[in-house]
Amino acid sequence: MRKGIQRRWDETHFGKMGSYYINRTFFFDVHPPLGKMLIGLAGYLSGYDGTFLFQKPGDKYEHHSYLGMRGFCAFLGALLIPFAYLTVLELSQSLPAALLTAALLTFDTGCLTLSQYILLDPILMFFIMAAMLSMVKYNSCANRPFSAPWWIWLSLTGVNLAGALGVKFVGLFIILQVGWNTLSDLWHLFGDLNLSMVTVGKHLTARVLCLIVLPLALYTATYAVHFMVLNKSGPGDGFFSSAFQARLSGNNLHNASIPEHLAYGSVITVKSARMAVGYLHSHGHLYPEGIGARQQQVTTYLHKDYNNLWIIKKHNTNSDPLDPSLPVEFVRHGDIIRLEHKETSRNLHSHYHEAPLTRKHYQVTGYGINGTGDSNDFWRIEVVNRKFGNRIKVLRSRIRLIHLVTGCVLGSSGKVLPKWGWEQLEVTCTPYLKETLNSIWNVEDHINPKLPNISLDVLHPGFPEIMLEAHMVMIRGNSGLKPKDNEFTSKPWHWPINYQGLRFSGINDTDFRVYLLGNPVVWWLNLLSIALYLLSGSIFAVAVQRGARLPAEVEGLSQVLLQGGGQLLLGWMIHYFPFFLMGRILYFHHYFPAMLFSSMLTGLLWDTLLRLCAWSLASFSLAGHVHALGILSLLLGIAYSFYLFHPLAYGMVGPLAQDPRSPMAGLRWLESWDF
Amino acid sequence: MLGFLQRPVVVTADINLNVVALTAVGLLSRLWQLSYPRAVVFDEVYYGQYISFYMKRIFFLDGSGPPFGHMLLALGGYLGGFDGNFLWNRIGAEYSTNVPVWSLRLLPALAGALSVPMAYQIMWELGFSHCAAVGAALLILIENSLITQSRLMLLESVLIFFNLLAVLSYLKFSNSQKHRPFSPSWWFWLMLTGVACSCAVGTKYVGVFTYLLVLGVAAAHAWHLIGDQTLSNVHVLCHLLARAVALLVIPVLVYLLFFYVHLLLLCRSGPHDQIMSSAFQASLEGGLARITQGQPLEVAYGSQVTLKNVFGQPVPCWLHSHQSTYPMIYENGRGSSHQQQVTCYPFKDVNNWWIVKDPGRHQLVVNNPPRPVRHGDIVQLVHGMTTRLLNTHDVAAPLSPHSQEVSCYIDYNVSMPAQNLWRLDIVNRESDTDVWKTILSEVRFVHVNTSAILKLSGAPLPDWGFRQLEVVGEKLSRGYHGSTVWNVEEHRYGRSQEQKERELELRSPAQMDASRNLSFMARFSELQWRMLTVRSDDSEHKYSSTPLDWVTLDTSIAYWLHPRTSAQIHLLGNIVIWASASLATLVYALLFVWYLLRRRRRVCDLPEDCWLRWALAGALCAGGWAVNYVPFFLMEKTLFLYHYLPALAFQILLLPVVLEHVSGRLCRSQLQRSFFGALVVAWFASACHVSNTLRPLTYGDRSLSPSELKALRWKDSWDILIRKY
Repeated sequence: MRKGIQRRWDETHFGKMGSYYINRTFFFDVHPPLGKMLIGLAGYLSGYDGTFLFQKPGDKYEHHSYLGMRGFCAFLGALLIPFAYLTVLELSQSLPAALLTAALLTFDTGCLTLSQYILLDPILMFFIMAAMLSMVKYNSCANRPFSAPWWIWLSLTGVNLAGALGVKFVGLFIILQVGWNTLSDLWHLFGDLNLSMVTVGKHLTARVLCLIVLPLALYTATYAVHFMVLNKSGPGDGFFSSAFQARLSGNNLHNASIPEHLAYGSVITVKSARMAVGYLHSHGHLYPEGIGARQQQVTTYLHKDYNNLWIIKKHNTNSDPLDPSLPVEFVRHGDIIRLEHKETSRNLHSHYHEAPLTRKHYQVTGYGINGTGDSNDFWRIEVVNRKFGNRIKVLRSRIRLIHLVTGCVLGSSGKVLPKWGWEQLEVTCTPYLKETLNSIWNVEDHINPKLPNISLDVLHPGFPEIMLEAHMVMIRGNSGLKPKDNEFTSKPWHWPINYQGLRFSGINDTDFRVYLLGNPVVWWLNLLSIALYLLSGSIFAVAVQRGARLPAEVEGLSQVLLQGGGQLLLGWMIHYFPFFLMGRILYFHHYFPAMLFSSMLTGLLWDTLLRLCAWSLASFSLAGHVHALGILSLLLGIAYSFYLFHPLAYGMVGPLAQDPRSPMAGLRWLESWDF
Repeated sequence: MLGFLQRPVVVTADINLNVVALTAVGLLSRLWQLSYPRAVVFDEVYYGQYISFYMKRIFFLDGSGPPFGHMLLALGGYLGGFDGNFLWNRIGAEYSTNVPVWSLRLLPALAGALSVPMAYQIMWELGFSHCAAVGAALLILIENSLITQSRLMLLESVLIFFNLLAVLSYLKFSNSQKHRPFSPSWWFWLMLTGVACSCAVGTKYVGVFTYLLVLGVAAAHAWHLIGDQTLSNVHVLCHLLARAVALLVIPVLVYLLFFYVHLLLLCRSGPHDQIMSSAFQASLEGGLARITQGQPLEVAYGSQVTLKNVFGQPVPCWLHSHQSTYPMIYENGRGSSHQQQVTCYPFKDVNNWWIVKDPGRHQLVVNNPPRPVRHGDIVQLVHGMTTRLLNTHDVAAPLSPHSQEVSCYIDYNVSMPAQNLWRLDIVNRESDTDVWKTILSEVRFVHVNTSAILKLSGAPLPDWGFRQLEVVGEKLSRGYHGSTVWNVEEHRYGRSQEQKERELELRSPAQMDASRNLSFMARFSELQWRMLTVRSDDSEHKYSSTPLDWVTLDTSIAYWLHPRTSAQIHLLGNIVIWASASLATLVYALLFVWYLLRRRRRVCDLPEDCWLRWALAGALCAGGWAVNYVPFFLMEKTLFLYHYLPALAFQILLLPVVLEHVSGRLCRSQLQRSFFGALVVAWFASACHVSNTLRPLTYGDRSLSPSELKALRWKDSWDILIRKY
């Protein structure tokens, strides 16, 4: 662990977030907060001061104490092995099966690599396995309901579920699995006529309490802590609504006092009501040739910036409304206005040219010189659900801007412009008048020296509101992580066959390289085992359905195979197949939770099959040893393969593997492995 | 054998007059004034162009659905003698006289009409009374949205027809299972189930959900069969095999058959050729085939070739170079090698020609006999017009700074040596000594010095690069990706020794010998893959809606407006039927859960056979609704109200199921029963009334006054078009 003084890959990401917690600055990430909070806590306890910058992979840690954070992740990663051991032991009641599972996980280079660094995955896997273990344990307490261990395991399941969901949203999969298990359990109890309805009701309440109420409460609590700790303004502000920002000290909306009603001559920023879209923005760059009219770009931008400022003016006069001799005139619902960009003095403008990305909408540009433009600069300002003539409130009124000439509505499509638009988001004028969040805006900053500032206490959103908003922003952030064209992306079908790894650090032959790749022997054994399980499982299932009479010993083994193995197979499927439906960008390490389940299945399956073998050969003298020999050879094979591949995880120096002088020469079994 | 001599030949025919009558009214409602309006209505503009392509036998690619639906519509055109000459460009455009509107709309209308008696049959086979069955058929008959959708050149009614046919034939099959397994009629219905499923999938991809539902029900029944210990093992095995063949093998074969016919019909090249691979294009008449026909197959040293990128995103393009050089300093301050640009150019051009050169020799002509280039050989690529060599080096590419710049080497004497050796890597080789073949071989060029791979990054270069696409050397290559793979499209053996002659040769059209044919499976898999991955433009539409709007009918689609009057066709559902069908689904779900829980506690409200019937009706009707509806929540494409119609057809079938159950099981006394009966009659009368009121918008035959139209606008979200006079 100490050897890697440089930071690896995603450590930039999560390490930085740990620092944010220590510095208490607000940030935005697509994952729920628990994992990063734990990292932050571990760092805090081990004396890390949050000052390391985590800028790009490969920087040296130097004097910063990072071992606490790494050690914490590694410790959780190490706990996976005993958890898997206990789970399989409980499911199969067979020591060799559990040992085999433990060996598979211990000697897997992928799990090892993943748990060595400051990443969310070891924490996530820890909670997933802990939830699985406690679920299996409480299942085995089923004959002693409402006893102390029963309660403990049940509530531990709930706690771990909250943990898994609190680290990453894929924790939802283990919740599905526990949910399914609970439902079938309840169905079983419900069909037992010896139990009265009251008892069944008690069972139901206990599960609702421990598996729904408790995790929800804990999950909410992590958010409460998250918001409480992060109370300083930081890089994540712009992703959130005006009301949300008002909570953060250091933000200009915190304890803000601004004029309440919008007046002509005010300098304002306009924010989209859709989350994570940002402020209406313009800058001194023109749309490139061939993309609509060659006028100044108008976009939305997530960060606060001088180019977000607009002056609100009357459509027909260009006199300076801030002239102290004139009376203050408020903007009212239904007024025709002009929005002038403060920095470039161009008017917000639209016309019958197609928008750059959304071809069916009209282009929005900045037009005119020093505020003089044409009639295409006129917009009607409307407040959603208000009557004509009302004043417009800053922050609270939800407004729409309707283009007078074409009748379209100003909106943001949420699409990212190409490089010429600095990867800001597209603004369009949509001719479809449907009321969506895309076309609703609110005024956020408001500067008008002629109006008295009042303090805005109204902007204190309740906890449920912030929580809901945080989730919406995270979901949008997640679905925004789309792979780009012509980019090599990892596909879910690559994963179980260990098609391609992930480079953690180092590219050239002189670098210290770590490469995330499963131990191919383990992974291919897992793959084979799934196929074998499906085959043997369906043979037994059909035999049972046909009413075949099995000898007692086989009967027991088939029960283990069908029930215990079934649960593990379900776990593998639930943690793997949903990725095929996901549109977001995927990485190899997303497979690891599923891989844990498939390793457990392998352990259980081979033990059962070898026992069956031994049983069917019982007439021969050596039959007793078949089982022991089989398990032993599997263990040795796996250990030897680990010996071969361990440099992947512990780091390798020297030429790349295609070079015969490399320490990894001859081990590049697939051409797609690039270590 | 000669039994018919001893006994008279007797034909007994059972004619269910209900079915006959329902078919007649179904036909009447769907076929009445079918060729009105004689103008392009809504999506006819979309399907119409494909019909024209079929008539002219021109190849096209449509990502919206498999070819069977399109082919059915085209069959209508064929029967009507349509020549394909009509410009499908605008909704509302009047049809010219050569367009046989009636026969083009006939097949969807027939499908819609036959759905009515099929609803009756399904109810009957499910074991419900004739009264319920007639009710179901009448509800399908008067549902306005189904009428509108089946009277036009659209595919939903065809899809609904095959969905219902699949369910009906499965029910017939499973009912004959009890009495006469392996009889001819048993086989017939089993096979028909498979064929109907396949037709549904072939019409629209969403048909796959009904197929999965039928498969699910069949699997549950088969599992039951396995548990039946009165049957012998061999018997069970025969049953399972028969089902596997009919429900798995046959649908796949029929689906392949659609594509076979499709490719057989579309044999000429057309506007969508560019998307397909060179090999596919060469298999079509005209187009690329005209150029490539007779090209030499094996690429040899001295060959003149054009190299097309296999991935072809964002547009298909060819490796290209020209006199201009990379600018010394880019806008962002980074420097370049200032050597000759190499790009990817989406048009045919003389600058796309490259000559394959042996690094060890100087000549640029093909020897006699030609020396073929093989996998693993080291080659140089000479740009034909400028005779510069393709080169890459450790300089950042203009737009993708993580990759290497690719250039045609110019020696400036600045200690930047030429690095122009490339190793040929044939990706789809069969053996390691494979020869590089025109069109068929997909190759990668691996740079010898830096092991970078020649790749199309797809980013358009700025003005200095004439907006052509950037080509880079990718250092961190991970596995196979189309953008690193190229294939030879045009090819000839170079004969000219001198550069002047060679330039003339490059400009002259290529000519040669021997054609190459792709196997059907290769063409099928390529076409299917492209159809699934072709990206349709993001198409926000005025009438698009979300699945949640559908259940409450909060949306509508204006299909057509008369050019002068306010007669119009509008896709609107019968709101009474929609609301009561949703209510019935809810009631069914609640009752089902209630019965299920009580059965679990051994309280049997329903006798066993009644329960099985109730569960099967639910699995098929409520299940049919769910599988045809819920997946739309996950889809990212633009959705319209008509996507809900297949689900609605199943949901309507559930209505009589619930009504009969309530009146038969839940109404205890005779009084309650007659009261409930009266309610049902009143409800049905109101549904008929609504249907009749909306009729002018369904058929578009009568012009309504603005006030009448306003009165019909029952929901604010219905965009009924009102002319301002």
